[in-house]
Amino acid sequence: MAVITYREALNQALAEELERDPDVFLMGEEVGQYDGAYKVSKGLLERFGEERIVDTPITELGFAGLGIGAAMVGLRPVIEFMTWNFAILANDQIVNNAAKLHYMTAGQFSCPIVFRGPTGAALQLSAQHSQALEASYAHFPGLKVVVPGTPADAKGLLKAAIRDDDPVIVLEGELLYALKGEVPEDEDFVIPLGVAEVKREGKDVSILTHGKMINVALQAAERLAEDEVDAEVVDLRSLRPLDLDTVIASVEKTNRAVYLEEGWGFSGIGAEIVAQVQEHAFDHLDAPLLRVHQVDVPMPYSKELEKLAKPSVDRTIEACNRVLYR
Amino acid sequence: MAHELIERLEPDAHLGMLRLMLLGRRFEEKSAESYALGKIGGFCHLYIGQEAVAVGALAPLREDDYVVTAYRDHVQAIVKGIPPREVMAELYGRVDGSSGGKGGSMHMYSAEHRFLGGWGIVAGQIPLATGVGWAIRYRGGNQVCVCFMGEAAVNQGAFHESLNMAALWKLPVIYIVENNRYGMGTAWERASSLYDVSKKACAYALPSAVADGMDVLKMRATVEEAVERAREESMPTLIEARCYRFMGHSMSDPVHGVYRTKEDVEEAKQEDPIKTYIDQLKEAGLLTGDRLEEMDAEVREEVEDAAEFAENSPPPPEEDLHRDVYAEINPGGRLFLEGVGAPDPALGRAGRDPGAGGG
Repeated sequence: MAVITYREALNQALAEELERDPDVFLMGEEVGQYDGAYKVSKGLLERFGEERIVDTPITELGFAGLGIGAAMVGLRPVIEFMTWNFAILANDQIVNNAAKLHYMTAGQFSCPIVFRGPTGAALQLSAQHSQALEASYAHFPGLKVVVPGTPADAKGLLKAAIRDDDPVIVLEGELLYALKGEVPEDEDFVIPLGVAEVKREGKDVSILTHGKMINVALQAAERLAEDEVDAEVVDLRSLRPLDLDTVIASVEKTNRAVYLEEGWGFSGIGAEIVAQVQEHAFDHLDAPLLRVHQVDVPMPYSKELEKLAKPSVDRTIEACNRVLYR
Repeated sequence: MAHELIERLEPDAHLGMLRLMLLGRRFEEKSAESYALGKIGGFCHLYIGQEAVAVGALAPLREDDYVVTAYRDHVQAIVKGIPPREVMAELYGRVDGSSGGKGGSMHMYSAEHRFLGGWGIVAGQIPLATGVGWAIRYRGGNQVCVCFMGEAAVNQGAFHESLNMAALWKLPVIYIVENNRYGMGTAWERASSLYDVSKKACAYALPSAVADGMDVLKMRATVEEAVERAREESMPTLIEARCYRFMGHSMSDPVHGVYRTKEDVEEAKQEDPIKTYIDQLKEAGLLTGDRLEEMDAEVREEVEDAAEFAENSPPPPEEDLHRDVYAEINPGGRLFLEGVGAPDPALGRAGRDPGAGGG
């Protein structure tokens, strides 16, 4: 397997799917001539032409809706948002139209569209550019939501999303684009939506997480191992559909769990998982579940305050120790 | 002076258009009656007074052309070809409705008739129509897409974003603004700094026209030009159709009140588009009183039949509650899609579809 970056993995996924299916096109701000704000679409304009790699005006609601209309009549658009913060402008189209249309039309129309782009905080981008928004999209039936945390997952999940017949929200990690990892080269390598992965086996405590935070979880697990605590790291990968089986199996094994996420805790993904786990595995729990997440404030600019606001390895370890009553 | 279309169209084409207008009128009268009886629920926006717009606009279309619209959609759906039975059954929330009882008044759809809704958020449908135009151009087709909206929608960003993209990329979309004078209870001049809706096209270097939406022939003639421009040159057009809504905004709203007087409405009714067309056809010797009576009786019968069909159609079965949330359940995935394969959430884990389990 080749070792490539997360960015290159996404680029490969796009190129392979554009090659495979002429109905696939990529549209968004700066995706063409500029090669993408984060260079995810590098070289695609040259290879596939401006009919299929389409630079848009700054008009998020407009091109999101255009994509949905095109999907209703059979195309398979990939809509890139420069960041998910800007996609909030397009939420009417995503939430009121894309998520509802298959149901409202009694299945007469489908919406095979992918909305993708970076989510979450980078460094010192302050409140409007640092939001992890997956919980808000996971709320809506009709949407599928995936959050890849490794280069291989980025490629496999994006390819699956493009081939899927429903609207899929792909939230990439802004700080992950340069991350390297092994990625299969098989052009039919896809990771089915709704399949979690145990990223590290362990028996003492489950760190349940998704997206960029798996790297934080794995570092926490390494440090806990030095202290003879054997932590398991479960990466949800998909939030909708949710692979609850893998989550429950892990909790049944370790009897203790922490949910780690980049976004806010209030009405977050962790809140949902805690509810699901207590519904389905209450008798297996030896401690209440705890959550680690961004503190409940808009992201501050100051480097020092930003660090305090973000979930961290230290806070994850602390939460694990608490559920272990250590 | 008689409109040139009086002579250019075959007599049957005229009678067909008149019949559709009458059908639309009688259908909506029946809808109002059924709403009053509690047989139709929710929001219900009637088209009475605006029939010339839908019939004139859709007459020049081919069967393979597309229509996207907002929530005042019953008559447009019928004019595009959805059988009145299916539209009425949808209003009744029945399984034989055009959206299987899942959409209701505001959400009529038919893939077969290329009628793409039926959208309930003001202006939300405009980018979708733009996308249909994009898809037509992408595939090298020569269909067109007609997008209806009320005049109040043009103050939304979605309108401006769409017109810009359509003009920039030359998409075969005809944007028809039905200017019925009032966005719910707000008169147009109280909502827009610019009175002429059609002039908004200037900002996007887009061809535009004003059509008399109370005269079906004038409406048709204006749209014919736009359809030709879209089909031959892949150029969009903005058309302002000036019309009037004889009813309240929806069935929950009064016909007149603080925003317009009873006299305003009565005066507008003097320009009833159906009466105008009947007079034009009679004057040209294309319609007799007997023929009109016969046609109206046929149309009333068709509407009664639609209502009876809706009445007798069963409600959607309980399993439809969870159907069609998603198009596809990925066969390789271990799924926990709320409701899919888990008809009873109370069943918890055991309720999940074992067939969906991949491991």
